Parts: sequence; structure tokens; C-alpha cells
Amino acid sequence: MNPSQGPIVEISHVDKSYRRGNLVVPVLHDITFDIADGEFLALMGPSGSGKTTLLNLIAGIDRADRGVIRVGDVDITTLSETDLARWRANNVGFIFQFYNLIPVLTALENVELPLHLTALSRKQRREHAETALRMVNLDHRMDHSPREMSGGEQQRVAIARAIVTDPAILVADEPTGDLDRVSAEEILTMMESLNDQMGKTIIMVTHDPRAAERAKRLRHLDKGFLNHDASEDPL
Amino acid sequence: MAVPLSYSMRNLWKRRLTTVLTVSGMALVVFVFAAVLMMAEGLQKTLVDTGSYDNVVVVRKGSSSEVMSGIARLQASIVEMLPQMAIGPGGRRLVAKEVVILIALQKRGERKSSSHSNVVVRGVQESSLLLRPQVKLVSGRLFRPGSSEVIVGNSIAKGFKGVDLQGTLNWGMRRWTVVGVFDAGNTGFSSEIWGDADQVMQAFRRPVYSSILFRLRDPDAFEAAKKAVETDPRLTLEAKRETRYYLDQSEVMAKFLRILGMSLTVIFSIGAVIGAMITMYSAVANRIGEIGTMRALGFRRLSILAAFLAESLLLGFIGGIAGLFFASFMQLITVSTVNFQTFSELAFRFTLSGPIALQAMAFSLVMGLVGGLLPALRAARMKIVEALRAA
Amino acid sequence: MMLLKILFRNAFRNRLRSGLTIMGITVAILAFGLLRTVIDAWYAGVESASVSRLVTRNAISIIFQLPLAYREKIRQIEGVKHVSYGNWFGGVYIEEKNFFPNFCVEPKTYMTIYPEFVIAPGEMKAFLADRKGCVAGRKLAARFGWRIGDTITLKGTIYPGNWEFVLRGIYRGRDQTIDESQFFFHWDYLNETLKQASPQRADHVGFYIISVTRPDLSPEVALAIDSTFKNSLAETLTETEKAFNLGFIAMSGAIVTAIQMVSFVVILIIMAVVANTMAMTTRERIGDYAIMKTMGFGGGAIAMIIFGESLVIALTGSLAGMALTYPAAAAFGHSLSNYFPIFLVSRETLWLDLLAALLIAFCAAIIPTRHAIRVGIADGLRRIG
Repeated sequence: MNPSQGPIVEISHVDKSYRRGNLVVPVLHDITFDIADGEFLALMGPSGSGKTTLLNLIAGIDRADRGVIRVGDVDITTLSETDLARWRANNVGFIFQFYNLIPVLTALENVELPLHLTALSRKQRREHAETALRMVNLDHRMDHSPREMSGGEQQRVAIARAIVTDPAILVADEPTGDLDRVSAEEILTMMESLNDQMGKTIIMVTHDPRAAERAKRLRHLDKGFLNHDASEDPL
Repeated sequence: MAVPLSYSMRNLWKRRLTTVLTVSGMALVVFVFAAVLMMAEGLQKTLVDTGSYDNVVVVRKGSSSEVMSGIARLQASIVEMLPQMAIGPGGRRLVAKEVVILIALQKRGERKSSSHSNVVVRGVQESSLLLRPQVKLVSGRLFRPGSSEVIVGNSIAKGFKGVDLQGTLNWGMRRWTVVGVFDAGNTGFSSEIWGDADQVMQAFRRPVYSSILFRLRDPDAFEAAKKAVETDPRLTLEAKRETRYYLDQSEVMAKFLRILGMSLTVIFSIGAVIGAMITMYSAVANRIGEIGTMRALGFRRLSILAAFLAESLLLGFIGGIAGLFFASFMQLITVSTVNFQTFSELAFRFTLSGPIALQAMAFSLVMGLVGGLLPALRAARMKIVEALRAA
Repeated sequence: MMLLKILFRNAFRNRLRSGLTIMGITVAILAFGLLRTVIDAWYAGVESASVSRLVTRNAISIIFQLPLAYREKIRQIEGVKHVSYGNWFGGVYIEEKNFFPNFCVEPKTYMTIYPEFVIAPGEMKAFLADRKGCVAGRKLAARFGWRIGDTITLKGTIYPGNWEFVLRGIYRGRDQTIDESQFFFHWDYLNETLKQASPQRADHVGFYIISVTRPDLSPEVALAIDSTFKNSLAETLTETEKAFNLGFIAMSGAIVTAIQMVSFVVILIIMAVVANTMAMTTRERIGDYAIMKTMGFGGGAIAMIIFGESLVIALTGSLAGMALTYPAAAAFGHSLSNYFPIFLVSRETLWLDLLAALLIAFCAAIIPTRHAIRVGIADGLRRIG
């Protein structure tokens, strides 16, 4: 990892609140920080701290009320709905807590799904998807449906889906939250290797300390405020 | 960048019971829709085929059917001299003066005397058969002119009592013997009984003819012939092409069938559309997580809308095919009823035509569209974060 | 009663789905009710017909006539109380689509035989005194805005020419089932005109109406009349008015049968829809039922809840449909009043509506109930969340 490659994500004075009926609930307060290209960051905090919300903002699936978020060279806060969708397709890979695979599609088709948003031909899509599945050691199960797989296997398929478009960033929301210890280990190792060997930038939200351990950098959120980054303090 | 069609198709397969039930509802509606249109089409086709484009029918002005019409012998002989008339074999003019009356016959299979129907007895002349090439004798022989013999159309022979070969009928104080059965295809003549015109007129004390039928020398001479008939001060008659004449006779009934059918279908379709809506709302509700995931991956709202619309359109499509499939079996059924306009018996079949099939499919697809639109909009309008949270 | 509470709340848990299902049932019951009412209307003539009235007509077919001379012979037959006669006129009022039944009759005897047509004595007297007078039913007069004293012209189709009449009376039906859209005038007026224009058509009637002294004598009298005229030039066919009207309906029997079948198709359609809803709903609640089973509720209780929910939905929709049937029938009947003079929703139709609702509820709930009872507790619990 080379932090001196410069930030890939720049977050600047971001606020976010939710409206619940007549109540306005503030979730994030004046968040400002950078994420370097090739970083493996864990966002931690108690429930209600806003960590998932921050992740959602970075991934472009929610909008900030105020502030600027730049990913790569693009200020995603200015993009229209349609442009944001296209941006996500090309730049973000998702890993969810409950895998979120489409039940009626096979493993291969699930991995192939994001490629439908590109200009690749059918043959090319298949090839890319198979390659991705091979990387997570599941190419022998490519025609199975998610129902026929264990949680760990499903999450691996999800990872293959997340990397098949070669996105700029990977966002993971509690990726080990629903897995037993062995499977969790497996997934975390895979994510580590994606980061080490392929230089993928990973932003992970977790409250599992074992998962946090594997990340290279930790930031804490509390009641919507980003805590001071201890790793940047002089030792 | 659309969501693959296989997604929609497979989801229908996944919830098979629901899909089958929803499709069944739509298929039933399409069935009723198609059946009614087929009935009206069969009725009109039978009547239109009954006539020839080159023939002209002359009846009394203002009479809605031959039964009401009366043409005096003098008037008839004037019409016979029309120059636009064709000359047939043997140098004779191709014209027939016919008399039409209705008699009450008992239908086969009914015991009560009240289950009768009015059947047309047509007194014809030799030229009548020449003018109507679609009429062919299938058993027995032609009646002898001047005798009390008749031939019957095969629909009558099939559907009514006592009118097969060698059967006898009693009217006008005379006994009439059935000596032949004829087939007029799918035309109105198959529901008629034919005898010698003079004999029929005598027996029923009808001194006037009902109609005059003749062939045009040249099909375009119709206008001239019509003018000659209708402007002659000695005649109180009107002339129509035979095809038009019979088409007009089916108007009231065809209209009634179509209106009744349409209103029924509209009401039923509301039920089927509601069924489709329920199914699609449920589908959307069950797949909220998937919707959020696909949006997160980058699929646009429009693609999500299209995916769910595709699903309900597929429901409509399958329902349409199924409905048409079963409706096509109705073509085996012959309807025997009274034509409201002429008050006489008419037998016809359900007829499936290309346009009807297309209309039925279009209707079915529209049902699918209307039923699926609101749920699909709901799916498309979801906020990504809420959808993911609710998964 | 806890079960009832659960049942009711569940029925409306998913308001959109329940709402749509109820709407679907309402529409179906409405359609069913209307169709049945259409069939009833078709048979209305039969319902209001009497068995102590006979109709005599030419045995060959309805288009042939009978001599006026038959009247005396018929009157002399034992069991005959009154004899009237008339001809179907078939005139057109302005244009063909304004169709209404019009015929000429022997007025005094006709009104005696038909006490169901109620007319003010003063109007009756005026009608009898004016040979060119005519009487119209209340609904008919209202339809065209006719008033006593108006001149009404009909264009003859069977008897050509323009015929003028003066409206002398308006009758109303004794009860709701009587047709108030008929029009009649003096037979003598027709006959006198025919004597001058085409004398060979004069002194002939289209039908005789005969009332008998006792209803059980009807068959005998009918036979007696027909044997009197057997082997004459114009043989007769006499039947009760009810049978006569049935004969007409039988002619379009195929269509009536088709409509009857279609009304059952509606029920099938809606059964499919409700079954679908119940299946979906039950599938989603498998978890709930599993929890209840752990608490000790048996299969019977679960069945009751599911059936009960199905019933609540079906009954709500059915009651709404039944309520809407009345105004819908009124509107329908109004626009089709020339085809169907009587358009009433019968009590039988309402009972059938309820029966349909019960049937729908039952059938829709069978498979889901079986499924819910069979699924093991552990399996059910696993499906929660």
C-alpha cells in the first residue's frame, strides 16, 4: 500500500440528518477526512453512531445535506441521480452483511450482473465473471443458486461481484456480521489479499474487533462525530 | 442498461402458484373477450358469405327483411327486364323471383312444444341454384318443380325434428316430403328449407313475391341497376348488393353481441387487473432487498421499472395465449339462435380470425400493463438506503 | 375471542393488499349480480305471465294470421271466460332505435283480461270513444315526454304508411313486474283502413288472448280450441301465456345460456384472485403461526384464523358488491330500457351473492390452511425475519 499515492476519497464538512415524521434526527456532524488510494479502512462505533450512513454517502447511495465528497476526481455530491448510478456502476463494489445476492440468479449470473451496465459483449461478461469467481475459488459452483450455498460461500460470491467491474473503491457493511468464525476468517483473509496484492481501496464498517484488526487503519464515530485519528498522533 | 429479462421470467417461475393463479384470472377474461368477438365474427361471416358480390337483391322499400317485403307480379316483371342483368346458360336471364315465409319447427332434443324456432321456407325457381353456386346438394335429389317436395339445409336437418330425408312436413293443408339435403357451407342458407316458389305461394295463399335476385352482367353496373329500380315511378322497391343485404341483417345482433361482450369483458378485466396488481405489489414487497441491491450496483430507476413491468407484461402475455388457446376450441361449437332482425333461425360457428387474436393479445398485455404499473412505480421510486435497510 | 381479534387485525394488516382484494371481490359480485339480473330481465315476460291466460295463434308460424270468424267459435268453448284479439303492428316511432312493442287490440276485452294494466276510468272511456285513440305505458310515455292529448305518428312496417294516433290514456302496472313500455290502439282502426287499402288482409287477427274460468282448465281448453280448428285452412296452436313467452326466449336460448355460463366464470376468476392473496399472505405469516404453535395453539385454531380471514375479506367485498348492485342495476336498466323493460334485482340473486362469497372464502383458504398446519414448528420459526 502506498498512502503517498494521494487520497482517493476526500470528505469535506459533510452533514446528514434524517427526517422521521416531524422529527429531524441529525446523524453526521461536519465530517472531514481523507482516504488514501489503496487503503484498508475500518469505520467503527456503537450502533447509531452514523458509520453506515457515512459509508452510504461515500458509496453514492445516499446524499449528504451539506459538504463535498470527492472520489477519484469526481465530486459525487453534484452528480444527478442518473449520473450517480452510472458512477456507482463503474467505481464502487459493494459487500453487504447479508450478501444480498439475487435468489433467482446463479452464482455466475450474480457476479455477471454489474457487467450488464457496461458495454461488454455476452462472451466478455461471462469471461470476466468466471475469472472473478476463480479468484474467490468458487468457479466450480458457478451454476449453483445462492440457496444451495453456505453463508461463507455466498459472501465470497458477493466479493466476486464486487470486484468484477474493477471498481475504484470497495465498500463493505459488516461483511462478517452473519458468518461463523471460520467463514469470517476466510472472508477477511480474502479482503486482506485484495488489498495487499491487488491494491484495492477497502472501506469497511464493522463492530467486530476481529475484523477491525485486519484493517490497516481505524476511525471511530460517535454520535455522528468523527473521533480524532489516533494513528496520526506522534508515537 | 436493462436488467436481464431472465430475472423477470425466473421470478415468475419461482412463485409458481401465484403466477398460475394470476395468469388463470387473466386467461379467463381473455377467453370471454375472444369468445364474444368470435361469436359476432362468426355471425357476420355467415351472413356475409351468404351473399355474392355480383348478385343484387330487390325487396320492397323500407322492409327490414324478406319476410316483411312484398313484390307484386307486375312489379316483378318490370324488374326482370333490367338491362344490367346477366344472361345465363341457354340464353335465359339470370333472375329468380322468390317468396320467403317463416314456419315454426320443433328443435331436436326438446320435448316441450314451446321450444320451437322460426325457420325460413324459401320458394325458389330454377335460376335460384345458378345464382347461388355455394349451395350444393349432398344427399337425395332436387325437388321436382310443381310438386310438394322440398330440400332442406344441413343445419336444419341436424338441428330440427322430422326434417331428414323422407321426412314429411304439414302446412297449408298439404303434405311436403323432404327429398334432399343441401350444404351451403357456413352461410345462412344452410338454415333454410327450399321448395318450388309457385307451390309455396299457392299453399300459403301468398300472391306476392318476397324478393327478386339477379346477377349483374358486370359487377360495376350495380349503381345503374340500383338507380333504375329506385327511381322507377311504377316500383316501390329498393336494390342492394346481396353481400350488403345480408351484412345489414346481422347488424343488430352483431352490435348487441359486441356491446354485451365488451361491457362484460371490461368489468371482468377489472377483476383480473386487481389480481395482477396484488401479485405484483407482493412481488415488489418480497424483493425490496434485491431492488436496493440492484440500485446500489448502478441500475437506474427506469431499469427497475422496466424489470417489474416486464414481469407483469409476461403475466399478461401468458394469460393471453392461454385464453386464446381455450377460446380456439369454441370453434367446434355451432350456435343456433334467432336473428333479432329477421326473426328467423340462424346457425353459425364461433370464428377465430387474425384480428381477433391480435385484439385479445393486446387486451391481455394492457391488463398486464395496467396491473403492473403502480407496483413497478413503487419499486422504482424506492430510496436505496431504505430498501437495503428493509431487506 | 382472542382468535377473533387476531383474525380481524390480520385481515387488515396489509391494507393495500386487503383493500385490493376486497375491491376485486366487490367488482366480481357486482358483475355476477348484474348478469343474473340481465337473465332475470330476459325472463321477465315469463314471470309476469299468467297460467290462466291462453294465447292462440296460427300453427304454421307467427307470421300467419287467423280469421276474425274464429272468435265466436272460441267463445263457445267450455271454460272460456273472455276472448280478446289483436295484431302485432311493429310500427316505428321516428327512428328504428326508438323501438317499443306496439300492437292493436280489441280494447274492452283486452283490458278486462289484463287487470294488471291499471288505467283511470276517465281515460279508458276517452280511449274507447276515440277510434284513433291509443294507450301507452307510464315508462314509455315518460321516455318520450308524451302527454294525454298528444298526437303520435307511427311509421308502419308490416302495414305501410304513416299512422296517426291520439294519446288517450296512460296505464301503470299493478306491481313492479309489469311492463310499462307497451303501446296499443284500436284493432278496428287497423281493420277499417285495411278494408279500403288492401281488403284481402282485412278481418284477420294475429293472435287471440283467452282467459279461462279456472286455471286448472287451461290445458283442456287449449286442446279444445286447437281440435276445433284442426284440418282447416288456418290451424291453431294454443298455449298458456307463460309457455308462449318461454317460446320466444327459447329462440335466443343459446345466448342466455352463454350469459349464464359467463356469470359463473366471474366467480372462478375472483376465486383465483382471492386464493392467490390467501396463499401469499399465509406464506408470509408462517413464522407467526409457528410461534402460535409453540404456545400451544393447535391446527384447528390456525385453520380458524386463516379461514376466518378469508371469510372476512370475502364477506366485506360481497356486501359492498351487493350494495352497489342496486344503483348499478338502476343505471343499467335505464340505458337498456328498450331491450329490458323490467330490470329488478331479485332476492335470489342476493342469496346467491352470499353463497358465492362463502364458496370463494372456503376454496381460497383450503390449500394455505393445509400448508400452514403441515409446516413443522422449527421450519416455521426459521422463516422469520
